[in-house]
Amino acid sequence: MSGTPRSATPTSEASLSPASGPAAKPPTVIALFVSIVLISLCGFGGVLAWSRRMIVDLRQWMTAEEFNEAYALCQFLPGPNVVNFSVVFGSRIRGPVGAVVAFIGLLAPPMAIVTVLGVLYAHFGNVAALQRVLAAVAAAAAGLMIGTVGKMAEPLLRGGLNPGPFVALATFVAVGLLRWPLPWVLAVVVPASIAIAFRARR
Amino acid sequence: MRDDAGTLLTLAGYFALLSLFAIGGANAAVPEMHRLAVDVMHWMNDRQFTDLFAIAQVTPGPNVIIVTLIGYHVAGVIGAVVATLAMCGPTAVLAYFGGRTWERFKDAPWRVAIQAGITPISIGLIAASAFVVAWAADHNWLAFGLTVATAAATYLTRLSPLWFFAAAGALGFAGFV
Repeated sequence: MSGTPRSATPTSEASLSPASGPAAKPPTVIALFVSIVLISLCGFGGVLAWSRRMIVDLRQWMTAEEFNEAYALCQFLPGPNVVNFSVVFGSRIRGPVGAVVAFIGLLAPPMAIVTVLGVLYAHFGNVAALQRVLAAVAAAAAGLMIGTVGKMAEPLLRGGLNPGPFVALATFVAVGLLRWPLPWVLAVVVPASIAIAFRARR
Repeated sequence: MRDDAGTLLTLAGYFALLSLFAIGGANAAVPEMHRLAVDVMHWMNDRQFTDLFAIAQVTPGPNVIIVTLIGYHVAGVIGAVVATLAMCGPTAVLAYFGGRTWERFKDAPWRVAIQAGITPISIGLIAASAFVVAWAADHNWLAFGLTVATAAATYLTRLSPLWFFAAAGALGFAGFV
């Protein structure tokens, strides 16, 4: 374990927030690992709420502002948000070792669980009752996503006449309805949307 | 199940590439996963894909875990590990280094514009994912009703999604859906 604690580095580099780091002192690597495993195992239907509860409310390893900022970054970066967040969080708390520990702690337990479920599905996937259960859960999961999109879209719709809703709609039509390949859609939509946002700001 | 090197390479390359386009998280990439796994590669049919999606949703942990299931379905345990690492590894490295650089340009106008431009795209992508899953899962009016009810409950209440899944599973088991 050669990880040097670096929790102070990013804030001092940005030199924007007054040095108001996390209230508690950085945890040991083991405490970090155990907490991330717990977050992962509790995180039904998404890990975000649980990580906030553990990191900000219970352990106070990050302030609410630090958490929001780190999470906003990970939403912007490509790839699974929460996995990215675990890496950013782990590295801020315990350097490179912290990043690796958080990555493994977040992914290993659900991978083990889901592989067991995958084995069971391979054997019993054609049992009628299981098929009905899974179909019903998938229908509910689709509803969960629709409701979440509704919540996420609220700030877009509240901002008066702005290009946001139209960009979201165009992306939805291209990828969801027309089923165009994602890379091609993004190659057009991403530069266009950023250009529009850049012009709107001036 | 085919676990030859070629299949593993396909899995690794495909998910590593896909992860770079997953703006807004793993769920934003569900339509593309569906397109490739079902329509292009024929690894599974529509129902198997929604089944795996449902299993991933009821498993604790990040939603990206659907990739583990697809990998397992295609090439067993090695496939599961390869697919997951390919989906999470490259972007995690990007997050590690990007996280440090990004903070420095916190108030740069181009950074604010990028963030403002990307947000509606990720919302549109997740909406597309919801539609793709609903289209595959809602093969009768009761399933459609379940989707609508869950969407309304999610939007209007702060209940844990676990309750919706439990209720839906019970209705499905009882044969209502």
